[in-house]
Amino acid sequence: MFKYLFAKNEDIPPGSAAIFFGFSSILWFIVGTGLGSFNAAKLAFPDFVTGIEMLSFGHMRQVHVLAVILGWISMAFAMAMMYITPALGNTKLWSEKLGLWNCFIWNLGLSVGLILLWFGVTSGREYSDIIWPVDLAIIFGLLLPLGINVWMTIKTRRTQGIYTTNWFFGAATFMVIIVFTVGNSPEFFQLTGLTEAYLTWWFAHNVLGLWITPVAAAISYYIVPKVTGNPLYSHRIGHLHFWSVVVFYSTPAAHHLMSAPLPEWLKSFASVEGVLILVPAIAFVSNLLLTMSGKWKMFVENVEIKFTITGVLLAIPLNMQGGFQQTRAINWYIHGTGWIVAHAHLALLGFSTFLEAAAVYYGLQTLLRRKLYSLALANFHFWMLLIGFATYWISMTIAGLIQGAGKIYEVPYIDVVIAEHPYMIARWVGGTMVFLGNCVWLFNMWKTMRQGTLIPAGRLPHELAYER
Amino acid sequence: MAFREYTIGTRMFGLAFGTSMFITLYMPAMDMRDVAVTDIGLHRQLSFGRVGGFSYEDPWLQGKAKPATVMIDKDPGTGSTIEATTAYVYPAGTPFPNGIRHPVILGEKPRLMSESLGKVGLADDTKGAVFIVREADDGGETIPYIENATATRGWMPEATMSVASEENTLYVGKGKIMFVREGCWWCHTLLPEQTQDWQYFGAPPMLGDFNGENPTAFGSDRKGPDLTHVGSRNSSREWMVMHFFNPRLVQPYSIMPRYDYLWGEKDINGNVIDYDAWREEYNQYVANERIYPPEVPIPAGDSEARALIDFVINLK
Ligand code: HEC
Ligand code: HEM
Repeated sequence: MFKYLFAKNEDIPPGSAAIFFGFSSILWFIVGTGLGSFNAAKLAFPDFVTGIEMLSFGHMRQVHVLAVILGWISMAFAMAMMYITPALGNTKLWSEKLGLWNCFIWNLGLSVGLILLWFGVTSGREYSDIIWPVDLAIIFGLLLPLGINVWMTIKTRRTQGIYTTNWFFGAATFMVIIVFTVGNSPEFFQLTGLTEAYLTWWFAHNVLGLWITPVAAAISYYIVPKVTGNPLYSHRIGHLHFWSVVVFYSTPAAHHLMSAPLPEWLKSFASVEGVLILVPAIAFVSNLLLTMSGKWKMFVENVEIKFTITGVLLAIPLNMQGGFQQTRAINWYIHGTGWIVAHAHLALLGFSTFLEAAAVYYGLQTLLRRKLYSLALANFHFWMLLIGFATYWISMTIAGLIQGAGKIYEVPYIDVVIAEHPYMIARWVGGTMVFLGNCVWLFNMWKTMRQGTLIPAGRLPHELAYER
Repeated sequence: MAFREYTIGTRMFGLAFGTSMFITLYMPAMDMRDVAVTDIGLHRQLSFGRVGGFSYEDPWLQGKAKPATVMIDKDPGTGSTIEATTAYVYPAGTPFPNGIRHPVILGEKPRLMSESLGKVGLADDTKGAVFIVREADDGGETIPYIENATATRGWMPEATMSVASEENTLYVGKGKIMFVREGCWWCHTLLPEQTQDWQYFGAPPMLGDFNGENPTAFGSDRKGPDLTHVGSRNSSREWMVMHFFNPRLVQPYSIMPRYDYLWGEKDINGNVIDYDAWREEYNQYVANERIYPPEVPIPAGDSEARALIDFVINLK
């Protein structure tokens, strides 16, 4: 990588940036889930590694969250954008060199931000924990260069139309820059009180709604038609999905603060808009599942489709849960409990991670021109993720319901803690499975790069039979 | 390649996204801007100081340049006895809280009172100042405001610190930094919910309780009790000292981490704390080889643990 940083743009092999982003994202995935598993162990066994400031739960939790969001998920997104956008525009990435620098600065900036967080240098805001000087570096060093590359690639495309995936990529990179800038303004401008609290959640909500969800969905709009060979079921439903994301997903930020003393109109408005998120959700899921028609056997046989469709199917419980849990009638029960943690992992570890994993699997094979080293290991990875995630989700949902019941029946808090204990252990076991699965994945991808069967020119990876 | 539909689409996108930003940013901001601060809000910001997270004056979150909260019953200027008052002491060089720097965030009436009666405009952070919270009657309505006691009564920061005894001095501002840095808010909320919680955790806050506070650190996950009113439930320092050193001394099933590392090297008597020996003895106690757990050292006056306990006790 380093030798290309100062090479001429033309001398850099196309796809290099995407490959580096792909491997970086897998590494961050391992780091992030390893930290998650460590934190989970601490919640299950509080005296596991104790009395060391740097290894205490309060110093590690936010590092896990941001390592998976900005390291794994967002770098996998960057990798997807860097190979899908040009492929759909029938062109090359606008600047491979910018892409490589982007990847380099991304790893560097994120490491600095996370190490500072680890030391406790934080802004004290959930999700926007990173301090503002590093935030500025993220905006100008990571997000803006990525955006420029995507926008310019779309602009210099050699097709007339722009495919759905690229609408989402272009719009989401733009929106995330605005969201990052505005969402961190309480820090830049010393905003205080409820305005600060509201903006914190405005940021958290919109990073999920205008970055993670649409980009993950956009990836499946590419993978499913590409691998199955079916055209997208409906371009119009794609439109409905896109526009309803922009309109409905950008507005319900206040539903994260339903029990705070925010203006009542804002909470009611957010709650209604939050239910309307079901519009893009249903449009998305139905469009992709209908695209699968006649090719459902690939759901079993093909890893990329297996990951993608599992992610799409997980969007159903995710959005049903999301739409209902944020209404006043339900939110008071589950707010601030493990239920929300379960939901967060359903969104990020369930729905979105499966889609990004598909993008990285497919992208690395295409770009390296090598067939996946081992199907068996990929299936192992899949089941470790799915079973691990399901264990996590179910155990934390139950823990959350226990906490909710404890809340309304005014049970002494310690009894709730005791009742939750078995589920904390189950969550740790589930999360650790995810982590171990990821280590296997890195091995598989590394072997693919070194020993995978070469893909002949003109063929696509999924057209070749697996050898192992 | 230009394509008419995309020009229209881009504009539509701008319109849709812009409208959404207008509704979710501009309208709430305008609405919340007019909220008048409550007396709770004034006490909070004066006790916390300018920022509770990363800042220039305290980049490593060690609790530098933060005010002290003191309870005094003697006038630091004249030495005569006065009724018990909580004063917030900002030694020279300590940045003022946001309500002093930008009084507009206090809301109209508290701002006018603080400026006219309270003389907050005269406060100068290079010289330091002492603030108190007062109330004035405005046509039957009680308006809380900040009084700059340095300007109105001649209370100087050092003199105020010296009339307050050590046990009446609380390092709440530094404690809030510890609370944020140590991530207590990943397990504890600072926001009793408006629905059920008031029976158990006390009254939920009002709209004006937070003006001037940054960050509010409400927290979103609860793995322990809400702490907003914990000081009214439990104000025992002895309990807090044991609980922070090792929560399982007082609550065997607690999952709260040990915060013994906040004690630093020496205890209040200047004796070096031998953590290894302590843990060893504690393990013997857990294994039923000892009848009593080892003694917990009392934190030194300038330790981080002391400030954190001050902060927690002060959450009334
Ligand atoms: C891993 C989660 C966790 C973290 C982090 C944590 N706590 Fe706790 N805390 C708990 C639990 C669980 C309880 C209830 C059991 C007990 O009393 O120990 C509790 C209880 C308390 C209580 C007693 C509450 C009452 O109602 O009596 C106080 C005070 C407290 N914690 C303060 C803090 C502070 C300050 C910090 C940060 C330095 C902190 N906690 C960090 C989990 C946590
Ligand atoms: C890609 C995978 C993952 C993503 C994107 C992810 C994301 C997140 C997010 C967003 C939160 C904050 C939740 C909230 O505030 O409600 C969180 C918390 C947490 N995650 Fe993960 N996570 C992932 C994998 C894991 C794994 C494998 C584990 C291992 C057990 C794990 C353990 C935890 C723990 C213990 C917390 C703290 C929960 C709490 O404070 O109650 N995560 N994670």
